[in-house]
Amino acid sequence: MGDQTQNFDEMFDEHGQTRPAYSDYCGWYDAQDAVLLNRKSSEADESFRRTGITFNVYGEDEAEERLIPFDMIPRIITAGEWRRLTRGIEQRVRALNAFLYDLYHRQEIIRAGRLPERLLRGNNAWLPNMVGMTPPGGIYTHIVGIDLVRTGPDKWFVLEDNARTPSGVSYMLENRETMMAMFPDLFSRVAVESVSDYPRRLARSLAACAPPKCEGKPNVAVLTPGIYNSAYFEHAFLADQMGAELVEGSDLRVVNGRVQMRTTRGFKPIDVLYRRVDDDYLDPLTFEPGSLLGVPGIMDVYRSGGITIANAPGTGVSDDKAIYSFMPEIVEFYTGEKPLLPNVQTWRCADADSLAYVLDNLEELVVKEVHGSGGYGMLIGPTAAKKEIRAFRAKLESNPDNYIAQPTLSLSTCPIFTKKGLVPRHVDLRPYVLVSPDGIDITPGGLSRVALKKGSLVVNSSQGGGTKDTWVLKD
Amino acid sequence: MLGRTANGLFWMFRYLERAENTARLLDAGLRMALTRDLETAEAEWRSVIATLGLKPQYEAVHDTYDGSSVWNFVLRDKGNPANVREMFAAMRNNARTARTNISSEVWEAVNENWMALDKLLARPVSQGQVGQIVSRLRRTGTQVHGALDGSVLRNEGYHFARVGTFIERAESTARILDMKYYLLLPSVSHVGSSLDTGQWDQVLRSVAGASAYTLLNAGQIDARGIVEFLVLDDRFPRSLVFCRNAQRQHLATLAGMHGVESSCNTIMQEAGVDISDITVEQIFDRGLHQFLIDYTARNAAIAEAIGEDYRFLA
Repeated sequence: MGDQTQNFDEMFDEHGQTRPAYSDYCGWYDAQDAVLLNRKSSEADESFRRTGITFNVYGEDEAEERLIPFDMIPRIITAGEWRRLTRGIEQRVRALNAFLYDLYHRQEIIRAGRLPERLLRGNNAWLPNMVGMTPPGGIYTHIVGIDLVRTGPDKWFVLEDNARTPSGVSYMLENRETMMAMFPDLFSRVAVESVSDYPRRLARSLAACAPPKCEGKPNVAVLTPGIYNSAYFEHAFLADQMGAELVEGSDLRVVNGRVQMRTTRGFKPIDVLYRRVDDDYLDPLTFEPGSLLGVPGIMDVYRSGGITIANAPGTGVSDDKAIYSFMPEIVEFYTGEKPLLPNVQTWRCADADSLAYVLDNLEELVVKEVHGSGGYGMLIGPTAAKKEIRAFRAKLESNPDNYIAQPTLSLSTCPIFTKKGLVPRHVDLRPYVLVSPDGIDITPGGLSRVALKKGSLVVNSSQGGGTKDTWVLKD
Repeated sequence: MLGRTANGLFWMFRYLERAENTARLLDAGLRMALTRDLETAEAEWRSVIATLGLKPQYEAVHDTYDGSSVWNFVLRDKGNPANVREMFAAMRNNARTARTNISSEVWEAVNENWMALDKLLARPVSQGQVGQIVSRLRRTGTQVHGALDGSVLRNEGYHFARVGTFIERAESTARILDMKYYLLLPSVSHVGSSLDTGQWDQVLRSVAGASAYTLLNAGQIDARGIVEFLVLDDRFPRSLVFCRNAQRQHLATLAGMHGVESSCNTIMQEAGVDISDITVEQIFDRGLHQFLIDYTARNAAIAEAIGEDYRFLA
């Protein structure tokens, strides 16, 4: 990576001129008092703590609750850019759902020789129990958080599909709330698409997925592992904003063929369960027998049309990075169209030729575990120490199927606010997509994650990344 | 509403009340200790620990009763699992559990005060800080109750929160009265005789009733007057009769909402009889201590029945 000037900066062009997307914002910014901005920046932290927008970090002191650092310089996307992106996202999400349906039914894509069958056998998110079962409305991934990266004016790539359980949407909403509270005048100067109705859209989208046995208005609930889960704040926040019950496994029981929750008036059926509990813990009778986080018998109710589980069990199979490498073929196979959003070039280390190339070029590549997430267990060649590269080489050689490699992308940057002024840092973008029989709904905005360290490409919050408010401009 | 959420609201407000009452007790102890000789001060701290029911735990780690040991033990020591820092954490965890049923106003009042106190209580508390901590604890109660009053929906959750408050408050007032009654009046023959008014003043301060009592009694302070005030005066919001009336009202509203009376309403009816038509003389005839034991047992039975009737845990 090295040379910062090679990156595409989203705010300033190579001559230091403000790009059109940022011209209104920068006009406002340049008129602000630096001392005041400094104070606002620390006020933002205070406000996040007070409202309890924190996450728990695994492996640290149990009581520790941390803030994801918030950067107050917005990340801005024009209406035209957004329109092009949404077309690509929609196409990808349609393909994902068709692909998941096919995998759990006739597996035409495997029969057609377009996807090797071994990818399913080695995939621990693959659920044989789901074979032949059709979820209500035929939908597998109801809430998708596709991670996008950018390398040039019109060059966007999908980095990950996150069809299983995308998190972080509460930050999209709270970042905007915080920005509006801090800089009300800014929003009267720049016309920004609103994101605040996301919880209403989510409630509507989930209700539209009600199962056959639902009578009357669908009863939606959010299933959380509980207050010690790292994303509990988000679970409570979404339930609160949707007006849905926030339930735990201990509140639920199968009664008369329905999943019911224990209320002060007795047991009451749930129609749609937005679960934030992993597949393995969902049903101790079917999966992890010791799990207290799920509901014994929920899979039987699911199969008989008594409940909708969002996202559907077994959806995680498509988050596998080896499957990701086939996404261009997958999109084409199910939509009959060329993919509008390209993948990042990916070498599957399971192929001997690719493995040889990867081993020869480790210093230049990013190597990831196929089932990994959250920025754990990966090698970033250009910044890794010799020793680290040696260790990874050994791992690759002993279990090549477990890895894929990608070129180190020249990710775009967006400036962050520091006491010394604006400095460029790498960003990615996660828009949130809702899928129901009524259609695909993309909220104009998303979560921009930003690496806070100079030159760093890792934006994950678990690795010290921060977030930005993301603006889609109105036409 | 989920049974677990109802339980969360009930206990959130019990812990809030418990922390506030503990703060008052410490405050009254501090005041006594400052105005008395060392020996009386030690007796005061001893009674603070006894009132809180912490004597065995305290004596397992301390040989003497001095202010700093007592307030640190009560506020933060790990040797005391029921310390105020833990109460506050339990209050906040219950608030998180019930987060979707309380307003942002209530949540922020809880969370801000928890952040401040958790930090203050992370290190040993010095003489210079204890007053600040105690007043912050009291202010938390005021803020959370104020936020509740002004911002939450009057659905069943509100009534679980209120009934939790009055169950805990009743328990606290009864305990304080019982402890002081024992210390000051070892035998019935002393009832009505003139006594150390400082001690009674402390009882009143422990229940935030000093100025209300003075207003009603124009400075006349005696055991009979205080018992009448703390047990039978239905205008004072911490008296036993006030707490029971409030419990009855909230439980009746809950029964109305659910369209059915349950076991807690039945126990409540029986309980009403022992306190509404009784005079202070009858209490003394029966023995104040016995009266308080019966009252607290009934209070616990009501709390238990609420949890069962409304499926808090199962």
